Amino acid sequence: MLDIKNVTKLFNPGTPDEKAALVDIRLSLKEGDFVTVIGSNGAGKSTLMNIISGVMKPDIGEVSIDGTKVSSSSEYQRSRWIGRVFQDPMAGTAPHMTIEENLAIAYRRGRRRGLSWGVNAAKRKLFSEQLERLGIGLENRLKAKVGLLSGGERQALSLLMATFTQPQILLLDEHTAALDPARAELITKLTERVVREMKLTTLMVTHNMEQAIRLGNRLIMMDKGRIILDIPEERKEHLTVDQLLGEFEQISGHKLADDRIVLG
Amino acid sequence: MLDSIYGAIELGLMYALMALGVYITFRILDFPDLTVDGSFATGAAIAAVMITHGYHPLIATLAAFGGGLLAGVCTGLLHTKGKINGLLSGILMMIALYSINLRITGKPNTSLIGESTIFSSVASTTWLYIVVLLAVAVAFMLLLNAFLHTDLGLALRATGDNDRMIRSFGANTDRTKIIGIALSNGLVALSGAMIAQDGGYANNSMGIGMIVIGLASVIIGEAIFGAKNVVRATLAALLGSIVYRIVIALALRADWLHLNASDLKLITAIIVIIALVIPTARRALKQRSLARKRSVELAAEVMGRRGGQVDA
Repeated sequence: MLDIKNVTKLFNPGTPDEKAALVDIRLSLKEGDFVTVIGSNGAGKSTLMNIISGVMKPDIGEVSIDGTKVSSSSEYQRSRWIGRVFQDPMAGTAPHMTIEENLAIAYRRGRRRGLSWGVNAAKRKLFSEQLERLGIGLENRLKAKVGLLSGGERQALSLLMATFTQPQILLLDEHTAALDPARAELITKLTERVVREMKLTTLMVTHNMEQAIRLGNRLIMMDKGRIILDIPEERKEHLTVDQLLGEFEQISGHKLADDRIVLG
Repeated sequence: MLDSIYGAIELGLMYALMALGVYITFRILDFPDLTVDGSFATGAAIAAVMITHGYHPLIATLAAFGGGLLAGVCTGLLHTKGKINGLLSGILMMIALYSINLRITGKPNTSLIGESTIFSSVASTTWLYIVVLLAVAVAFMLLLNAFLHTDLGLALRATGDNDRMIRSFGANTDRTKIIGIALSNGLVALSGAMIAQDGGYANNSMGIGMIVIGLASVIIGEAIFGAKNVVRATLAALLGSIVYRIVIALALRADWLHLNASDLKLITAIIVIIALVIPTARRALKQRSLARKRSVELAAEVMGRRGGQVDA
């Protein structure tokens, strides 16, 4: 479904600040794979997400989705295949527009936007049904501005918007990191359910070790722009947080350093 | 006195289209577009030249709208494809249009005296003139409202609100920006064409300061009538334009102020400055008093708990 071949990305090339954000990354996801990604600060997790979604172009290497090479297409062109939820709850929604208007935008993902009404009775009914599935009462607030929602509500809405049209690939970039533990747990549960029900091919960056082990069918670990460990489903089932940290230290030669890291 | 108020309402309704245009760029796209100073005169120039060459006034006015669209597309391309700073791309286009407008008319001043205009049959009856102008302004306001609620319109609004988000949903934000800026300048040029036909001439410098007048209309309208959604905000821009013209008319009539017509731009600039500064200052004050109130409440709570222990 997703193929990343020999991708390298440099920041500030040719300057004293040159940094290899990604080095010869090779990663292949099968349809329905749910891969969790962990790694220390600056390991290249977010850069990897940006390369896949087209926010950044790789210096060398190739990205293909469902067999189609997409390296040269821009973010808005790729968005037909890719749904994305950002870490910042502000990033995934338009704050001065209403909930139904935000959903209407998500509803047109990858299709031409013309002069038909963004929201009509039929769409409103659909939006309301979809919101109901979130179980947080947003279906009664269709005309509320999104800027009035709490961080958790916004992130739940972002998740719904990102998966609304069943994209081929779902990218989750620490999408629970900015929330308090209770809300983070709610969003995690929602994520699990949506991914399972829609069988989405998913790549999820997380700083929560326990979550990285518990969710998904594969775990990859990044350090200094490289994938240093790739744990398949069979091994992941019996993995503990301590083992995971130990393994990281052994391979990378230093402790897993992340100021936000949560062990479990 | 009453005559000057009627005159102000007529002007306000014609300039309302310009205010709606400025609303699109300034409020929806969050793009302060200075092209307006040029495209307003472009609209006037195109309409005047075509009318004096014998074209039907309606066709001349539509052509003016087209000219404005084109000017907006140029500014949009400079900004999105040329990656030129928004303010600068507007300024560049404004300066370029100054020469282009002279090329269109061939002389700094084109008279329309004696020519038939779109207003010829109604302009002599004040109430009829106001009704017709009101109908035109409201029609464009409703059209703009409808557009901003279509799929394309939603994408346009999201571009100004959160462009990263709308890109992740597959909208080409370069395209939505260009469409928005073009539409804005189309409306501005249309307004220019109407003003030229009302005043009986097109002048190459008639657009100077137009952006500030547009901003004044939008901001005054928002302050008086509110802007909680698109429908309210467009209505506010329309009414703001009328209020602005009435304020100016009254200020000029107040002899004790000793104002000349040439002081208009200064007055407008001062109105915009006041309208921009006051809401910000008021918000900051409100925020501080709210923070202080909450702090006092919290402190009282803590004190209450601690006080209880001390007393015991």
